[in-house]
Amino acid sequence: MIKNITIGQYIPGDTPIHRLDPRIKILATIAYITILFFIKGFFPYIYVLAYLGTVVWLSEISVKTVLKSLKPLIVIILLTVIFNVFLTPGETIKLFGYKLPFVTKEGLYQAVYMGLRLIFLITGASLLTLTTSPISLTDGIEKLLNPFRRIGIPAHELAMMMTIALRFIPTLLDETDKIMKAQMARGADFESGNLLNRAKAMIPLLVPLFISAFRRAEELALAMEARCYRGGEGRTRMKQLKLQRIDFAAAFITILLAVGVIFTR
Amino acid sequence: MSNIISAQNVIFEYLGHENNKTLAINDVSVDIKKGEFVAILGHNGSGKSTLAKHFNALLIPSRGTIYVKGLDTKLEENTWNVRQTAGMVFQNPDNQIVATVVEEDVAFGPENLGIEPSEIRKRVDKSLEAVGMTEYAHDAPHYLSGGQKQRISIAGIIAMRPECIILDEPTAMLDPSGRKEVMETIKMLNKEEGITIILITHYMDEAVQADRVYVMEQGSILMQGTPKQVFVEIDKLKEAGLDVPQVTELSSRLREAGINISPDILTVDEMVVELCRLK
Repeated sequence: MIKNITIGQYIPGDTPIHRLDPRIKILATIAYITILFFIKGFFPYIYVLAYLGTVVWLSEISVKTVLKSLKPLIVIILLTVIFNVFLTPGETIKLFGYKLPFVTKEGLYQAVYMGLRLIFLITGASLLTLTTSPISLTDGIEKLLNPFRRIGIPAHELAMMMTIALRFIPTLLDETDKIMKAQMARGADFESGNLLNRAKAMIPLLVPLFISAFRRAEELALAMEARCYRGGEGRTRMKQLKLQRIDFAAAFITILLAVGVIFTR
Repeated sequence: MSNIISAQNVIFEYLGHENNKTLAINDVSVDIKKGEFVAILGHNGSGKSTLAKHFNALLIPSRGTIYVKGLDTKLEENTWNVRQTAGMVFQNPDNQIVATVVEEDVAFGPENLGIEPSEIRKRVDKSLEAVGMTEYAHDAPHYLSGGQKQRISIAGIIAMRPECIILDEPTAMLDPSGRKEVMETIKMLNKEEGITIILITHYMDEAVQADRVYVMEQGSILMQGTPKQVFVEIDKLKEAGLDVPQVTELSSRLREAGINISPDILTVDEMVVELCRLK
């Protein structure tokens, strides 16, 4: 059961998209999402489709994988579409001579338009996590937030917390597995019974897990102190992020998309 | 040779159950010379780990003084210099690796010291080479074995260029082959790089490999000397709840049985030589 959990959805690769500076990728994703909300009418979706298509093609990630990212949000997309179809006022549609109740021409138009926007939004955002490892995402976020440190955003601390969380997820999963097996060996049952019973069965699993996590945290803090960790002040990094030509190209193409969308309004 | 670590009449007490003051370290004086390989031996609760944490300024003595390279660990301005001079490796390899990639973890210490990125790169490569883990530089730590993880932890300390490494039971959670890996790395660092090693352990066969051994019992030093001097006193060691190396035990039994054999045999090889001479 536990073996199937993967951290994030990163698919390793060595494509131009994978090699992009994480800062550029994060900024481009934010820009892309903003652009989507500026779109009026169907025509600019062609630009968006071209942009997204190029990214998918360059990243060598299969269309199927990209579409899979829609799965958790399919309910929201469907609800949006249904509400728009039925609840938009306007001219009702006739099909085979019958009047379809509540379904309006404007509604259908609105439903497709909103549905597409959501689909583009989700696939675009998930392309970021599909092509960027959690570590470089963390690095990118730290660097991007750095200028805001003066107004009290703890950029380094946030990044350190994310790194440690990523580092300990597999360790704690292993531990959960071990505790589960130990409890099962003594007759614990995690898999049958109703929801309430199964939730109750989790308590003897969670208590030792929490205790051990706190113990680990204490030891890690000690080990970090022993290695002269004293916060982000005066700290250097071995890996420096440097913008390459390809990063400027990506930024330029994203700006082109924005300009294109704005001009077709 | 000068003393790299010098502890004078160190006492450490803490509030234990029902606010009773408990003495974890009771009047301990230790002198460790530069380049030495010292083992501190003792069973659980003997105070050996507590003492080790004092050498790294993670704990400050209640009374007495500890000097690391002449720096008083009690003074706050010395803390970071002390920790850089005397690096520390802990027991659980999982709980001391910070980063999700091996080479990033090795870089963690130097990054904290504010060293130039290009210099960190050099140190990381060199440290990984020293512990023989270069080929795993880009791997995730949780895929490595216990022994490999512990070697990464050691590399993370070497990258800070310490003069002394304190290892607090580094092999306690490892399997036999992992223990061997780590012991070989430690000995190599001591012999080839000239790094002072302080090994906290409860394994006799590890302590035998040291230049000098301290035996701790209930917070004080029970015995000290070369392994040969210490392990001859089998009765005293057993009283402290410690075993003697199997070979030493064997030689003592042989002597009891009336066979004229040297009492200070510590390794199998020595035993073989000695037995062959008997013929």
